[in-house]
Amino acid sequence: MKNARVGLLLALSLMITAPAFAAPDQDQIEKGHKVYDKWCFPCHGTGLGKPGTDSLAARGQKPAVLEERTDLTVPAIKTFVRHGVLFMPMFRKTEVSDADLDAIAAYLTRNNKP
Amino acid sequence: MRVPPGVSASDFAEAIKQFQEAVGKEWVFTSAEDVALYRDAYSPLMGEPNELVASAAVAPDGVEQVQKVVKIANRYKIPIYPVSTGKNLGYGGSAPVLSGSVVLDLKRMNRILEVNERNAYALVEPGVSYFDLYRYIQEKGLKLWVDVPDPGWGSPIGNSLDRGGGYLMPQYRNHFDSHCGMEVVLANGEVMRTGMGALPAAQTWQEYKSGFGPWIDGMFSQSNFGVVTKMGFWLMPEPDAYLSGTVIVPRHDDLIPLVNTLNYLENTRVTNGMPDLASPLLGIPMLSEFAARFDQGATPFDRPQDAELTALIAKAGGNMSPELDDYAQKKGIGYWSCKLSFYGATKANAANWAYAKEKFSAIPGVKFEEGDVYKLPLTAEQREKVHKPQFGIPSLAMFSIGARSAMNPEPSTGHMWFSPIIPRTGEAIFEANRVFAQAAKELGLPFLNFNLPSTYWERAFIFIFAFPVVKDIETNKKNVASFRKLIQVAADHGWGEYRTAPVFQDAIMNTYSFNNHALLHFHETVKDAIDPNGILSAGRYGIWPKHVREAKS
Repeated sequence: MKNARVGLLLALSLMITAPAFAAPDQDQIEKGHKVYDKWCFPCHGTGLGKPGTDSLAARGQKPAVLEERTDLTVPAIKTFVRHGVLFMPMFRKTEVSDADLDAIAAYLTRNNKP
Repeated sequence: MRVPPGVSASDFAEAIKQFQEAVGKEWVFTSAEDVALYRDAYSPLMGEPNELVASAAVAPDGVEQVQKVVKIANRYKIPIYPVSTGKNLGYGGSAPVLSGSVVLDLKRMNRILEVNERNAYALVEPGVSYFDLYRYIQEKGLKLWVDVPDPGWGSPIGNSLDRGGGYLMPQYRNHFDSHCGMEVVLANGEVMRTGMGALPAAQTWQEYKSGFGPWIDGMFSQSNFGVVTKMGFWLMPEPDAYLSGTVIVPRHDDLIPLVNTLNYLENTRVTNGMPDLASPLLGIPMLSEFAARFDQGATPFDRPQDAELTALIAKAGGNMSPELDDYAQKKGIGYWSCKLSFYGATKANAANWAYAKEKFSAIPGVKFEEGDVYKLPLTAEQREKVHKPQFGIPSLAMFSIGARSAMNPEPSTGHMWFSPIIPRTGEAIFEANRVFAQAAKELGLPFLNFNLPSTYWERAFIFIFAFPVVKDIETNKKNVASFRKLIQVAADHGWGEYRTAPVFQDAIMNTYSFNNHALLHFHETVKDAIDPNGILSAGRYGIWPKHVREAKS
């Protein structure tokens, strides 16, 4: 299990360094923004009392707010949501459906440079 | 595909097929990848062969579908484990107590059926989260507050059935006590309504709790007697204003009159928000300040950085020390403090705080600090800086306790709460600290420092210790073993846990053993009568169906 976790983190770090190039449509991005606000913002948003943002900042991530990133990849986002990391638990499909997750990924990769 | 214990592969396959017909194929989860989403993310058994895991999950979208699922489960004797939103982290998450059970995931049942502003109540389904209910109320512009737990990402039904607590006025803080009326699907698939809901033309289901005859709602909390599909809750009308003030006392023994006076003021409703105990000297923060301390780049446990003080605290080891008293007085640092909160009319809050100060003035050397005064509703700027749950606003800031931060660069992966109930006296706080400090020393636990209890309940304290869950299996095993020993230590002193994770539910139920486990025998008698096949949440809170008890013995 420990090795599996190490492997997962390694895979995630590789994914994060490889930018995504897909250009999702605007409706999908807007839907993703709504789903993000509901499920992700309370921990990863801006402002005080956002442990997800604080955690990434403490790791030296700049910017620490996910919405401001331009280097997240679709596979990395999906892996974090479905597997969790450290204090962040995984999210079930009754909470964030596969379609919702596609939309979140579209939203968070909207500013990635090709 | 994993098969539930005692069920043949062919029966399970047939049950899955019928579950799919009942709720739709896309809402029955059987792949390893999907079922893994039901693991308890904070499980102390994570990665071990005995980790508690599901075999499948079924997600109905309404009470009729729940009835169908329950009847199918009965037909094939499939153990099912209902969860509302599955966010009971630290107390079990969405994983079943009996490994191999099928999780009955009620998250899709997320309808807010009624919010009545005039008489201040709501009727909701299990999948409605605190955030959902809060956002609904905000969008409609209703002048109502929801008492939320901290962190507040679970559900009113789930949290109240696990008997969680919050921060507002006492009649709302105890979330189970603040409910009014339930709808329950019983193990045979029958739908029952409690309280006034049993009257077919009921007009007061959410306004009068007990109805007529035995009041049985409590049997559906921390139990496995039914699937709760609707529940009413009393909401708090938005008050005109908020005021806080802090009482600071100088000596160790002052905690006794501090608590006595606090109890008097609470029980006479002079102060009506959750009181917040702290120790400026020992660096024990107010609960309401935990998350804010992280935002300020500090640890919640900051105290004056002074070698003399550190040495004195270490020497005292959780016990009374005259030297610490002397140090506190010499430096003018309060030994204990308690922040009081007042909700109500501006003038009434000021008068109640003035009266509270009069009462606390009987303690020699007491000081008072004026706190925040807000006209409600809060402005956007005020909302950003306050401890949100004290204003009925759900927040996840409390996760800062364990998340990575500048002060916590190597965070744990979860936690489990050890949370015994102790008397609401200063003497009990001292005794519990003495006992647990000694036990922690013997068990080699580095993280059980002097602790102040939480004050959610009006008539008793909860002592809450967080045991970290880490990536290392051996460390988790050691902590689980220590936790088990602390359960017994607490019970030997007359302190029982109020709630716990599945891995400890048997052990804790076994401590509630008056008269040869008469209470557990009663639970088992009820269980056998109303769920003869033992399909519902086998083992939850130590209540096992007959066939499992017989197999164990």
